[in-house]
Amino acid sequence: MSPLQLSAFTLTTCLGRGLDATREALRSERSGLTPCRFETIVLDTWIGEVEGVDTQTLPAALRHYDCRNNRLTLMGLETDGFALRVREAIERHGPTRVGVFLGTSTAGILQTEQAYRRRDPATGALPADFNYRSTQNAFSLAEFTRDYFGLQGMAMAISTACSSSAKVFAAAARQLAVGSIDAAVVGGVDSLCLTTLYGFASLQLTSPQPCRPYDAARNGISIGEAAAFALLERPDVARPGSIQMLGAGESSDAYHMSAPHPQGLGARMAMEAALRSANLTPGDIDYVNLHGTATPANDASEGRAVSALFGDRVRCNSTKGATGHTLGAAGAVEAIVCALALIDGRTPNSPGTQTLDPTIPICYQIRGGEAHLVRALSNSFGFGGSNCSLVLGLVE
Amino acid sequence: MNSVTMSRPSLEAWIGGIGFIAPGLPNWPNARQVLRGESSFESTPTVLPVLNVLPPAERRRASRVIKLSLGLGLEAVVHAGADASTLATVFTASGADGHNCHALCEQLASDDRQISPTRFHNSVHNVSAGYWGIATGSMAPCQVVSAFDASFGAGLLDALAQVMCDGRSVLLIAYDSEYPEPLHSQRDTPDCGGVALLLDPQRSANSLASIQVAPSAEMADILTNAGLEALRQKIPAMRALPLLRQLANDQSGAVCLEYLSSMQLKVEIQMC
Repeated sequence: MSPLQLSAFTLTTCLGRGLDATREALRSERSGLTPCRFETIVLDTWIGEVEGVDTQTLPAALRHYDCRNNRLTLMGLETDGFALRVREAIERHGPTRVGVFLGTSTAGILQTEQAYRRRDPATGALPADFNYRSTQNAFSLAEFTRDYFGLQGMAMAISTACSSSAKVFAAAARQLAVGSIDAAVVGGVDSLCLTTLYGFASLQLTSPQPCRPYDAARNGISIGEAAAFALLERPDVARPGSIQMLGAGESSDAYHMSAPHPQGLGARMAMEAALRSANLTPGDIDYVNLHGTATPANDASEGRAVSALFGDRVRCNSTKGATGHTLGAAGAVEAIVCALALIDGRTPNSPGTQTLDPTIPICYQIRGGEAHLVRALSNSFGFGGSNCSLVLGLVE
Repeated sequence: MNSVTMSRPSLEAWIGGIGFIAPGLPNWPNARQVLRGESSFESTPTVLPVLNVLPPAERRRASRVIKLSLGLGLEAVVHAGADASTLATVFTASGADGHNCHALCEQLASDDRQISPTRFHNSVHNVSAGYWGIATGSMAPCQVVSAFDASFGAGLLDALAQVMCDGRSVLLIAYDSEYPEPLHSQRDTPDCGGVALLLDPQRSANSLASIQVAPSAEMADILTNAGLEALRQKIPAMRALPLLRQLANDQSGAVCLEYLSSMQLKVEIQMC
């Protein structure tokens, strides 16, 4: 693919709101995970909760979108001057030529979960204030974002579980390549809810401790929430110090609904496709941000694929010990973590990980550190065997 | 950047096969007859196919939405004489499995929140894509899109862009199904319905028509038959019906399909 520039980007996670808060947290090797006290949930697990979502309000004209997921969406859009940069792009290209491509796994399902506790005892009806379309539906965050900016062009939500917001970069890149848009707001938003917390617990995939990616004793994930966005455009000039999307690769495991391919075949195919699309070889990559959920199966499977492709030469790690697994937002969060690593010349660390799994022969970085980084690859793999890898580069 | 992409070409591909399931219209040959006016439309509950392609364990767990989406895809693949194990897919739907969603929300509102792991992994929006991969063995990319009532248009846009960018065939499967009460009162999709189109980058002996899609500010076309128009309005995937009417009647020409507010899709069909 032709490189695309990330004209602006931002992320809000349990580490904090915005790029500087994230930088500070990564540099001090801090984790944002805390014991789960969310809502009425009673589970022995840790979560990555974003501060201030409950008190965020929506503009009056968009009040019907009110739910945790859209509050978090708005927090994300209004961080790091991102919304301003989008409005400038709309000025440049026109409201029909800026597309919206957002990933989520559960959108505003928390709103529905809570509405089900307030059903009419006689009729079973949901409360009158519940609005399915603008909260629960998978498109709600994309429609909210389109309305927030007054856009009139294409919009779609992508929902492939935990690869959702990596795949939005690929989908937007295609529309930019065929010329149907001139800019794209891409990103992912997922927020804490009962479905994912109790659901991953039912699969015995949540850890009672902060998650420990690639640790020999890893025993599950810590669920997080996040909003992360990027503005993608064709580069006018390649400005030194800016970040470009160089490639994307997608594949399917065709193996199981909730377990990864044991040999990591689908993961490897996605990484190979991303390198091919960027016209690069494994030796061109300086850092890999792993999917690294900290389940025994994911890290073993992904580790095999990474080892087969990159050997033990390329620095890699998972930042989910810092942010938690932000599910449908993870792809965009970790693409931006890669962007920060490239700009700052510094690999992030891997909080939680103590003793590396000796059966996975990769160059895993427990500590962060200064490094000359020009190109990074980010992995995102989801339930249903949906895989996506992205390649980002620093313009030198 | 390639200068060709800077002009504003429409998205284009060749249609190689069609799958169709809707209330009273159990497959494409049947729907084709009705859309040609050769038989009348009678709305009866949707008949879903039996899926012999799934392993027994998955077949037992296959819900209505799985039978619908996989049935649609398989009909289009057989119609085109294609090999499902090599195809990239784009699934698009307003929602996932409504009955499963209801059961989860009901249990999470009860005193016993220990939901079943199968219910949980079946709750993802990409559940159909996951089962499709297991059924066909295709490791090609699977895309899963949602855009509420605009889901057909969103899926069509990404499928065509994939055909053009990757030079490979893409199977588009647009489908929707019903929620039980109390969610049904919020989202009143009446029954299962959908359409699958196999989109190829080149013309082949099996090509049915070429398709070109561009944004439009015109009004979306509607259907004169009240029963079919009700389907178009009530089931998001049936927003494709004006396009299918053209294909059923072997009629070249343009139709305007409903997508989002202030952006419809002008679809130009040239029959082979």
